[in-house]
Formats: sequence, C-alpha cells, structure tokens
Amino acid sequence: LSRIGDELYLEPTESGLSLRTVNSSRSAFASFLFAPLFFQRYETGGPQPDGELLRCKVLMKSFLSVFRSLPSLEKTVWKCLILLKPRASRLVVQLHCKYGVTKTHNLAFQECERLQAIFDTQRCASSLCAPARVLAEAVVHFPQTLAEVTLGAGPGGKISLRNYVEDEAGEPGGAGGPPPRPWGAGNGPLTHLLPPPEPSKTMVTELWLAEDEFQTVAVTPGSRITFCLKEFRGLLTFAEASNLPLTIHYDVPGRPVVFTLDDTVLEVHLVLATLLDPERSSQPPTANGASHLPAPSDDFADDLESYMIAMETSAYEEGSGAPPSPTFPLRTPRPAESDPEEEEEEEEEEEGAVPGTPPHKKFRSLFFGSVLTPGGPGPAPTQEVLAEDSDGEY
Amino acid sequence: MRFRAKIVDLACLNHFSRVINTIAKLAKTCTLRLTVSKLYFILSDKVANGGVSMWCELCQGNFFDEFQMEGVAAEHNEIYLELVPENLSRALKTAQSAKAVKIKLTNKHCPCLRVAVELPSLSSSSRIVTHDIPVGVIPRRLWNDFREPSVPDFDVSIYLPVLKTMKCVVERMKNLSNSIVIEANLSGEMNLKIETDLVSVTTHFKDLGNPPWVSEDECQSSAQDRDLESMAEARIDIKKLQQLLAGQQVNPTKALCNIVSKRIVHFILLHEDVSLQYFIPALA
Repeated sequence: LSRIGDELYLEPTESGLSLRTVNSSRSAFASFLFAPLFFQRYETGGPQPDGELLRCKVLMKSFLSVFRSLPSLEKTVWKCLILLKPRASRLVVQLHCKYGVTKTHNLAFQECERLQAIFDTQRCASSLCAPARVLAEAVVHFPQTLAEVTLGAGPGGKISLRNYVEDEAGEPGGAGGPPPRPWGAGNGPLTHLLPPPEPSKTMVTELWLAEDEFQTVAVTPGSRITFCLKEFRGLLTFAEASNLPLTIHYDVPGRPVVFTLDDTVLEVHLVLATLLDPERSSQPPTANGASHLPAPSDDFADDLESYMIAMETSAYEEGSGAPPSPTFPLRTPRPAESDPEEEEEEEEEEEGAVPGTPPHKKFRSLFFGSVLTPGGPGPAPTQEVLAEDSDGEY
Repeated sequence: MRFRAKIVDLACLNHFSRVINTIAKLAKTCTLRLTVSKLYFILSDKVANGGVSMWCELCQGNFFDEFQMEGVAAEHNEIYLELVPENLSRALKTAQSAKAVKIKLTNKHCPCLRVAVELPSLSSSSRIVTHDIPVGVIPRRLWNDFREPSVPDFDVSIYLPVLKTMKCVVERMKNLSNSIVIEANLSGEMNLKIETDLVSVTTHFKDLGNPPWVSEDECQSSAQDRDLESMAEARIDIKKLQQLLAGQQVNPTKALCNIVSKRIVHFILLHEDVSLQYFIPALA
C-alpha cells in the first residue's frame, strides 16, 4: 500500500477491517480487506451518531514505522493490538513482545470520508488469472524505471506485455515514430554536417505468454490496456510472497483495470487507471478483433525473408548534394481530431471526476466519479465518494 | 543489408553478455561493425568522449551458433551500426537461462536490432521476450572514421599488474585527485602517482615484465635503445582509467599498456576470444 499512497485509510466494517489507499493523482486505488477470521479478536464497537462506523486515516509512514523490521517483529512480538480511541483522537497500536515488553504507539489520525473507487469487475470484458510467479517472471524483463506497460491479447491466444513508449508528440509509439527532428527530404544545406543520427529512441521490450500459462483466460481478442507498472509491481510482490493467484479484469482503454487477489481471509483489490488510447479512439467503440497488436514475430519459424532491410542504399551513393540522414523516415503525426471528440464523451460520462487534479499524462481519475453518474456501475448508493481533493483542506 | 545470428549455448551467451557489459561500462554510445567473421565495438576518439577511443574485436565463431551477414554491397560486405550498448546489455541480462537468443537487424518503423530470447516455461510453448533496440545505420561514406587504430610509437610497453589490485588502488586514488600519472620503464617497474596540494600518493609495482614487441622498422628500435631504468609517463584522467578497470568482469589472459610519454596510454586487454584496446590521451 505504501507504494501507492501516502495515507492509510482504516475502515472497520462488519465484514472485516479494510485498509485502503489512493495515490495523489487519483489514478490508483488499493484495498486490503481482512475478514474477522484473520484476527484473533475483532470488535467493531458501536456505530457513530451518523450510523456509520468510525473511519480514519493515518500517515502511511507513521504506521509503517511501527512495523519497521519484519524479521525482528516475527521473533519478538507475540501479540499485536490495534484499537481506535476516538475521544483521544489516537489510533493505538500495541505490540506485546517477549520478556514482558510492551510497545505502545499512539498515532494521530484524521477522520475521513469513505474512500471507495467505483469499479465493477462484472462489467469488465476481459479477465485473466495467473499464478503470481508467472507475472513476476514476466515483469522482470522490464527495467525498474519503466513507468507504463501495455497488456494485450494477441493472436493465437497469446498474451503480451510491452513497455509503453510515448513520442514527443504525445502519441503512443513503439520503436517507431521518431521524435520530430528536422531531417528528411528538403533539408538545409548544412545537413551533411550533422553527426550520424543518434539512436536516442527507447528500446522496446515485448514479452509473449502462452495461454496455458494462465489459469483462466477470457479476453476480447485484440484488446489491450496500458497501465502504470510501478503500482502493479507492489501488488505483485505481495502476491508472490503470499503465493496467491492474481486475477486481472479489464475492459476498454480508459476504463480502469482491476487486479484482485482472493483468499479465505483476505480480499485484495488494486484499481489502476488505464491510458486512453488515441489510436483506438478513432475506431468505433465496438471494434471487435480489430487488432492493432503486431503479430508475434515469425522469426522463430526461421523465416529468412520476413525482415529484409529496405534501406535506401541509393542515398549512400549520393556524393554531392545534401544527403539527408537516410535512416529515419519522416512520420507524420496522426491527426488529433479524434482525440478531443473522445475526451468530450468521456467527460460527459465522468462529470463528477475530481476537478483540479491534473491528469497524469492521459490517465484520468475515471473511477472517482459521482454516484449520480448515469448508468455508472457501482456498489450500494449509501457510500459517499470523495468529490474534492482533500489535500486542500489540511 | 541483412544480419541474423543465434546463440544456443549458455556458456557462450554468458560470455557474450559479459563482453557487452564491459563495453556498456566504457561507452554510452558506440559503433558496432559486423563483418563475415568478426564483430567490432568501436569508439572513435571524438572530443565528446574526452578523447578516449576503444577497439574491441570478437571472433563471431566463438560465440554464435549461427551467423549470417550481408553487407551494404558485395564489395563492401560489412555493416556499421551505431547503438547504445547499455540497451543490449539490458536485453541480455534476463536471458541467462534462455534456451536460445536470436539477434536480427530489422527495419519495421526504424532500424532496430531485435533480440529475441526464448525462455523455458512450464507451459507447452516457450516464453518469448523480444527487445527492439533502436540503432543507427552508418553510411559507407563515414566508415573511414572507424578504422582500426594503429599501435602508437610507444616509449615503454609493460604488462599491467593484477587488474583487481590496480582497480582497488585507482579507486582509492580517485577520491583524492582528478588525474593520475602512470609511469613505467623497461625493467618491469610501474608507478601510479597522484599529487594534490595536501598529499601525494605513489603505488609502486615491480617485476611486471615487459612484453617483447617485434620491431619491423627503424622507429621501434628507438624503444630498444632506451635506458632500461628511465620512466615514460603520462598524466591521464583518473575516471577514465577507473572506468576501464571497473568494467573488466573477467581477468584477461594478457593485459599490457603502451605509454607514449606525455601523449597517450594505450591499453591492450586480451582474452581467449576477445581483444580490447583502449586509448586514453594524456591531459595537457
């Protein structure tokens, strides 16, 4: 949870204790629900005057510092007591250790509204389930610093993971789409003085997983979504440690992706916003099977002719004149008209989207919409949703 | 222009990865030259590199199980690519348990070196990871920039001390000074010296041995007439030396350096199937 947000929300409910967090741009939400059975003793206490159980939030760092050293905790602590003292405004975490030592930590808490992301796994068109180990092994091929990754359903039932590269023009690219540099035909007389082109574009890594590596696969062919890898890695580490299979529910680009872990006493949800794909937006929304995914390369069938280099070797023969650097063809950026259209539509839908939260690139806080969203999916209407960036209040 | 190669043997793959890791530590961008029988990693001595240059030569037969290359033209059967070796290093990093690694030059949107790693998996079909490393194709008219450097007319040639020891010494010295003086003589003695306002430190090595160079022409004989005790020295950037030493992952079979007094130091590191030459110019 600390990989995602800075504040830990504790919400005791009848069905257990829920620990939740959200990130600052509201594009990632996670909740861990521990059933009462998980605890030796679980008492929710009486409801507050407003009929709700007391909720609070504490600083993630403060809470974590109590449990700082896991190995030593395991050796010395035999009981941990967490209780909420509303009148003293303190969350008390008491560690009962060996040799009669008791460590009591009093953390200041703030009362808060219920933090709930709107998502409905039932409405997701595609889902995948795999042992955490498979996904962890897949993710290891991507650099630690990678921000976004694209998950896609490819031909032959294969699932692909690809690092997402953004052009300077803001278009999704792969090893294509050169940054708009001034070369190509019609260049100035000084072109020949330019140094050979620097391969400054990013390396693209793509991994293909066979269908049978997954426990269940129910995906729309040709579908793909792009989400932030950093937050996902956090969940993956937890899943691997607890040896639970991970389920991924997703829909169309722009709608959040939901990762879930299920256990008898624990239910985990991680909801991440996905990138709105301007390429796709020019397509009718019900595109079926229109795959933008490049097919997995045929190299492995040892096909010699597949990738003949079509270099303009004639360019090398030019002695005089200003030979442009022949390697990167100019690529006109896609017309962006489709973009604002799609965004308008989205805005109508999510009218309650958190205002004033700068969208992180094209990620939107799509799942913190108002409960009044027409046709919005949703849990019970009694919940209140954060309508404003609470940071401004404190 | 075509290039494809395949490595199946794990030991070869590890060896190749180590070479790439070493290159990656020495140069941010370098030139890869492919011929029918060899691969070369070349860094030419531009001002941007601080004047250092590098020439690394590998015999493809020692690493690849399959190697097919077609150059730009029949009479120029070579390919020159500009790439970031760190990318290649990263691509190979997670391939240590691979069943096979294939490298291919492709041009889908732009020229790339596609590294395809086939990994074992529990399922029926293998897991395949592809890394598309963007490269720049260097046109033939620029190939002259990347010719093999000739061995300079050196004053002293001497075998290097154990690289690990030398690395430790240089690393400690790096904290004290920006430049280091390497001096050596034909009696197998070498000193590494730094001097600052506050302190000067010298490390002495002896009994290193001097490699015998076959002198084909008159100029080399001047080295032989040289007084055995007199030192040839050059002051070089200590960071460059440290980079060279830190990048070595395996102990070379032979390691020596040629010093041209006050001009340049030429390092030669030889392994069984890889040779690396590194030139560090003397500071003004």
